[in-house]
Amino acid sequence: MFMIGPVGFTAPLLLLGLIALPILWLLLRAVPPAPIRRRFPGVALLLGLKDDKAETDKTPWWLLLLRMAAIAAAIIGFAGPILNPDTRDQAETGPLLVLMDASWADARDWPRRIDRATALIDEAGRAGRPVALIRLTDTPADVVFQAAGALQPLMAGITPHAWTPDFAGWAKSLPTGDFATYWLSDGVDHPARADLLAALQSRGSVTAFESPRPVIALRPAQFKDGVIQLSATRLPANDAATVEISARGLDPAGIERELARIPLTFAAGGADAETALSLPPELRNRVSRFEIAGIRSAAAVTLTDDSLKRRKVALISGSGGAEGLQLLSPTHYLRQALEPVAELIDGSIADVVLANPDVIVLADVATLSPDENDTILDWLDKGGLLLRFAGPRLAASDVSRDTEDDLMPVRLRIGGRNVGGAMSWGEPKSLAPFAEGSPFYGLPIADDVTVTAQVLAQPDPDLANRTIAALADGTPLVTRKTVGQGQVVLFHVTANAEWSSLPLSGLFVQMLERLAVSTRPTAPDAADLAGQTWVPQVAMDAFGTLGDAGEMAGVDGANLAAALSQTGPSATMPPGLYAGDDRRIALNVINAETQLAAPAWPATVAREGLDVQTEQALKGTALTTALSLLLIDVLAALALSGRLLGSLRNAAVLAVALLMLAPTQPHAQETLPDDLRAIEATNAVRLGYVITGDARVDEVSRAGLRGLGQRLFERTTIEPEDPLSVNLETDELLFFPFLYWPITTDQPGPSAAAYAKLNRYLRTGGMILFDTRDGDVAGGAQTPQSRKLQLLAAPLDIPPLEILPEDHVLTRSFYLLQDFPGRYTNRNLWVEAAPPNAELAEGMPFRNLNDGVTPIVLGGNDWAAAWALNDNGTEMFPIGRGYAGERQREIATRFGINLIMHVLTGNYKSDQVHVPALLERLGQ
Amino acid sequence: MTQAAQMDLRARAESLGESLPALLAAADHLAATVMLGEHGRRRAGMGDEFWQYRPAHAGDSATQIDWRRSARSDEQFVREREWQAAQTVSLWVDPARSLQFSGDTSRPTKSDRAQLLALALSVLLLRGGERVGLTGDAARPRAGRAQLLHLAQGMASDAASPDYGPADYGTPDVANLTSHSRAVFISDFFGNLEDVETALAMASDRGVRGALVQILDPAEEDFPFDGRTIFESMGGSLRHETLRAGDLRTRYLDRLAERKARLETLARASGWHYLCHHTGQSAQSALLWLFTALERGR
Repeated sequence: MFMIGPVGFTAPLLLLGLIALPILWLLLRAVPPAPIRRRFPGVALLLGLKDDKAETDKTPWWLLLLRMAAIAAAIIGFAGPILNPDTRDQAETGPLLVLMDASWADARDWPRRIDRATALIDEAGRAGRPVALIRLTDTPADVVFQAAGALQPLMAGITPHAWTPDFAGWAKSLPTGDFATYWLSDGVDHPARADLLAALQSRGSVTAFESPRPVIALRPAQFKDGVIQLSATRLPANDAATVEISARGLDPAGIERELARIPLTFAAGGADAETALSLPPELRNRVSRFEIAGIRSAAAVTLTDDSLKRRKVALISGSGGAEGLQLLSPTHYLRQALEPVAELIDGSIADVVLANPDVIVLADVATLSPDENDTILDWLDKGGLLLRFAGPRLAASDVSRDTEDDLMPVRLRIGGRNVGGAMSWGEPKSLAPFAEGSPFYGLPIADDVTVTAQVLAQPDPDLANRTIAALADGTPLVTRKTVGQGQVVLFHVTANAEWSSLPLSGLFVQMLERLAVSTRPTAPDAADLAGQTWVPQVAMDAFGTLGDAGEMAGVDGANLAAALSQTGPSATMPPGLYAGDDRRIALNVINAETQLAAPAWPATVAREGLDVQTEQALKGTALTTALSLLLIDVLAALALSGRLLGSLRNAAVLAVALLMLAPTQPHAQETLPDDLRAIEATNAVRLGYVITGDARVDEVSRAGLRGLGQRLFERTTIEPEDPLSVNLETDELLFFPFLYWPITTDQPGPSAAAYAKLNRYLRTGGMILFDTRDGDVAGGAQTPQSRKLQLLAAPLDIPPLEILPEDHVLTRSFYLLQDFPGRYTNRNLWVEAAPPNAELAEGMPFRNLNDGVTPIVLGGNDWAAAWALNDNGTEMFPIGRGYAGERQREIATRFGINLIMHVLTGNYKSDQVHVPALLERLGQ
Repeated sequence: MTQAAQMDLRARAESLGESLPALLAAADHLAATVMLGEHGRRRAGMGDEFWQYRPAHAGDSATQIDWRRSARSDEQFVREREWQAAQTVSLWVDPARSLQFSGDTSRPTKSDRAQLLALALSVLLLRGGERVGLTGDAARPRAGRAQLLHLAQGMASDAASPDYGPADYGTPDVANLTSHSRAVFISDFFGNLEDVETALAMASDRGVRGALVQILDPAEEDFPFDGRTIFESMGGSLRHETLRAGDLRTRYLDRLAERKARLETLARASGWHYLCHHTGQSAQSALLWLFTALERGR
């Protein structure tokens, strides 16, 4: 096959056609674009005009280039190009073994590995070779070679495992006979690789496939110095890179979400990176895992167990106020033991219970008030742990003497006992080994722990059950009882070193840990875990996805400890969370010591990438390119001859028209910046009209207010400037004394913010003239406009309305009027109702109505149309018929003048009723 | 133009005219040619409408005395009638082929708009009692609604003579213009401006005032062409070829503006009014303007 680079041609002779392109160039250049004939009367004006530039008639070069490219693409397309034609010869025969590591490190690009493996198996199938597939993370078992067709259906279902491949095991259970091996390596070195490789090479050739993608692994988070230390390692260590680590956990609503996110930066050439994450305790206690964002692999996820959690412990001692030596303080040793591993809370019982602590420690506190008693009982019922220490006060008090106290596990004898002191018999007592079933079971007994004084429990039937630690002579040292979901634990000695050396020993700390008062700062060791069975609760797969562990069997503590420190997870112990008695242990793929190393392949092993190169016929692509180039040519030719522009211009006009339809910016003045607009609106009296979005209505409003302004200018001292349009959403309303609001059926309703603005405007003395423009607002018939008005005005703060009474100040604020026509002559006009107690003024034909300019006037006479003047200063619309119509227009104008007078002078005319009284007073 | 099309034109013109109150064009002349019409002059004179009774005084002939009124008193009264005068308005609607142009299928042709305007104006004037006619011989000025039909026919016969056909560009026809009457010339004025000048001069000599309405298509205002183009007049008598029509735009617009300015100056100099109307606009605005133009007189 004829090849140019990676492209082969099935019909290379056709490529000779490319030689003809230059000839085509000459041909195409000779033909100019055809002219258009247009009938156009304006040609009379064109006669004698010469073209500016003597441009050739010839086609421009770029159009030629376009056409040539189109033809070239067509020629190449018909020559049958094929990308990556398969020229390999299928020489190899014999069985083929496909090995996949299928470990957590494979998960990052698993689909590509499956593709590669499938391609290998397909290829083997075509060559008729028997084939076998081994996942090295599986437990070693016998493998037989079979036809490729039997394997192919299974490929889609194969998943990796989240543990290390068992190279040593598989080296011993390889199939018999000679075979070639394709090994899809995960790119990380695992133990015993050399053994397996040697075994494979003894059977036949080995080819290894490796992915160039880096492996990034997140180490378990550690809590140190008040912050969470996060570290990660990677392979290979090349350029600087930054990954994001996200901390996930349950939010207060119980939904898992990201609680924090922190970047982690690898220096160039650095394999390890560290960062510290500081979280408030409430948040930190909820973190259930850290993961590297965007990487799907078990190595990028690290589960946190209880080690990050810090319990809240409230310390309350009986002698809180006493000034004593620091070392004699009842809580000093507790504080020392707990401070690094728990959040300590101080305060009164009522206060600390509000903070919902996990543990309340009462060190030598004897009596509690009934109130405190109840509070603590409630808290215990919800699962609290009350830890009490004995002491002189408790020994001297009568608490739990005759009847068992709710907050004491046992009844106490009077006085307690002293042993081994100067005034007593016997030696100080040491501890007995912890019994099975005790939470302390498994802890080594320290010989140096002695007890010299203690309180003694009354021998009750329950005493044996409740004792969880005893002295060598059998007297209880620690007793426990459950209350509700919580428990009460009593140490029969003091929390300081006065009665025993227990608080001085390491055992004390371990006991506190076992009681879950504190949590351990470091990884658990075998001794800690020994003797307990750990049941997997949450299991993690190779992709880092968590799932319910289901019915998996529990594991022995020793095995778990080994897995944690050395061997890592395995098929019987998948990574996840393991729950013991009272704590949970996380088993992660990567532990603190894991080092990633690249596998070393001997030179005898051929290595390949994962990429699968498939044949790709380019004929379709080339022909499509040719076709699209020709389409572009059509457009370009149209554009050149001026035929495209017409349609484009239409589109532009349409776009402009659409913009005009949009209610926001119909006028150029809308685009003024706020400040300029404010200045423009306030440097003179300006009437405003509300934009409805209907360009025609807005134009009429504008012309109407301009006409009214002109009349005001001619006849009164009000000299308004041109009206401004008002967009209720964006414009400030307070600048306008008066707003004209025509109602159209399809105008959009204002937003809630705009309504708030309108209400403020109405309350602060603005006036809105609503005009339904249907001539029939009060007629009872519901026109679409009046329904729309009801809809629009519903959220407005409008006072009660009435039909304009005859003595309203609008009838006499400038002209004396009884009619308020616009284009229509409906008499009814709605204004704010007069107060019910208005009385007829003395000697006047109208009532005493001096307060309140009506905030709205409501009618339907289409006043703007009656006022409207066009740019020439002539009336825009005919009103009525003949002279009667002119009279109607005049009255409409007078109504407008009265209205604006009313807006600007308020009830000045109404106050005139008081003139006689004022004159009379002045006269005196 | 077919009969149906004529009726259609008339119907549309009437509907346009109906939306306006009747026009009473102010007649500011007292001319020998005054015809009796319905222009109340608010003073005694010749006419049909009763104006007032006045006492007879010396010089009144006995036939003038209204005996019925005089019989009710001791004095003699003369019955006076209101002096009424009708105005003659002559219309010239350019029948040339250049008016057949429309830049867009959605717009009417210029001649369509010109005829509509002329006829609508006629409806109004006739309703006001004026005498309306076409210049030339097609329809002599007459009053009465029946005249509308003559006007429509006259315009139609002008516009569509199948045999020889109208010229590419028209010249105002000032034949049969009544002295001291009003005239309205509606055209695109793309023809020779000297001819318009001559026509206006002749009209002014006879004391005729009126209005020039230039009707243009928005395409003629914008010149939205580009590329290699051969422009032809509607009849094909004029031709202009250009390689880049877009380059001609500004110069074309300059010439158009110049022409408009010249028409306006011409109109003002001879006491006429000038309006440039686009077929893209509403016809009503132009009609209103024509109204006021004829009303103003001046």
